[in-house]
Amino acid sequence: MYVAVKGGERAIENAHAWLAEERRGNTDVAELSIAQIREQLSLAVNRVMAEGSLYDPDLAALAIKQARGDLIEAIFLIRAYRTTLPRFGASEPVDTGIMACDRRISATFKDLPGGQVLGPTFDYTHRLLDFKLAADGEVPKAPSRDAETGTVPHVTAFLNREGLIEEAPHDDTPPPDLTREPLEMPADRALRLQALTRADEGFTLGLAYSTQRGYGRNHAFVGELRIGSVPVEMDIPELGFAVEIGEVTLTECETVNQFTGSKTELPQFTRGYGLVFGQTERKAISMALVDRALRWEELGEDNVGAPAQDAEFVLYHADNIQATGFLEHIKLPHYVDFQSELELVRKLRREAGAQQVQEAAE
Amino acid sequence: MKDTVNENNPRKAWMGLLAKAPEGRVAALLDAEISRPAFTWLRAPEIGSTMVRARAGATGAPFNLGEMTITRCALTLETGEVGHSYIQGRRKADAEVAALVDALMQTGMANRLREAVLEPLEAGLATMKAARAAKAAATKVDFFTMTRGED
Repeated sequence: MYVAVKGGERAIENAHAWLAEERRGNTDVAELSIAQIREQLSLAVNRVMAEGSLYDPDLAALAIKQARGDLIEAIFLIRAYRTTLPRFGASEPVDTGIMACDRRISATFKDLPGGQVLGPTFDYTHRLLDFKLAADGEVPKAPSRDAETGTVPHVTAFLNREGLIEEAPHDDTPPPDLTREPLEMPADRALRLQALTRADEGFTLGLAYSTQRGYGRNHAFVGELRIGSVPVEMDIPELGFAVEIGEVTLTECETVNQFTGSKTELPQFTRGYGLVFGQTERKAISMALVDRALRWEELGEDNVGAPAQDAEFVLYHADNIQATGFLEHIKLPHYVDFQSELELVRKLRREAGAQQVQEAAE
Repeated sequence: MKDTVNENNPRKAWMGLLAKAPEGRVAALLDAEISRPAFTWLRAPEIGSTMVRARAGATGAPFNLGEMTITRCALTLETGEVGHSYIQGRRKADAEVAALVDALMQTGMANRLREAVLEPLEAGLATMKAARAAKAAATKVDFFTMTRGED
């Protein structure tokens, strides 16, 4: 039996009004502007862009404000907005080899062309709360030094030259797009990378960590981590050539992993790849480790049953919007579903009770 | 194919420059130089997205990285030149002025606008990039300055 119920409009309206008031907080405290969020909470903005899968810092900042700082809610808002945009096309694949690097480090080579550039990192901070930030303070100007011109070569390129690492040969196969076609197994690497780059940071981190602790271990070194801006070129159909339409900041992580080899092939390092919108290095490193774990089959490794090797498990549970949608829907009214369960339990209990009475009588 | 690309190189360069200009900057430069000519819309400014692609392992097969917002428009000057713009973000006013400059660069005003609009834009972007690169360079680790203790 289906029973249509109406009601709660006023309660919902009033809940929204209170939400708006709580979002604003104490009005004696100055209101946050979108520009303040964009400029001063930029790593939150970056995460929302990466997992919202839409590069637009102002929109991500707006979403963070609207979501009261709940980043998954903000990502939800961005995903919903994204679906309203007409798609004008796809870019040429970005060339991270010409990245203007803010940061570029390698854990495998100390002295390498282009050097170890730390950039604006938390790495060597003491992780002690800085109470100067609680007071209004002027920030001293960051020092500068003459920069070398030219592009910074990828670390894997040096290893490639000696044949010590697997190549990533040029290929122009049009990639599948999980925003257009449902994600289905088996997923090729292009599809896995798309799913991983927009995957939940916490989930990806947990899986990556599990591979380090032994669940599908693949001995990853960070061959290179670079953060910086790259131009985005797009083919303009009306003109018949590609033009730069803007620039995006990306974080790229290339891992150098345990080698494979056989009687016919010399031992060679393998690779994992992470590339994420914004300055998002924890996510990019995690992505590279999980990418590498998922490549077990094409690299001829054993499936040891580790969660990070199971593409279906990883890809179907990595999206925080799908996950939160399904998880949170169980708090919405299920009155009818529950009513039927209730009836069933009552019936079972009645039957069992009757049986007991009968047995006692016998 | 190669020839058409070469032939379009200057246009490709100025369109890229106009797309990367900071918000409102092209308008400020153009309006300081000339009063805007009349035009008709071929396509009024519209906001959409483009799917940004990248390559696995930086050089391998392409994959979809995520979308970015873009604004595009197209217009015709009374003298017939067509201007296009495709620029990052949701910036209708910037898209309009970028398309206008694209059209005007195909007219006799090209040299004047190169000087008044494109060159200052290019210089501005180069300064911004250089400032960032210089800060990055200051965080470069100098292993070479360590003494070896061989003496």
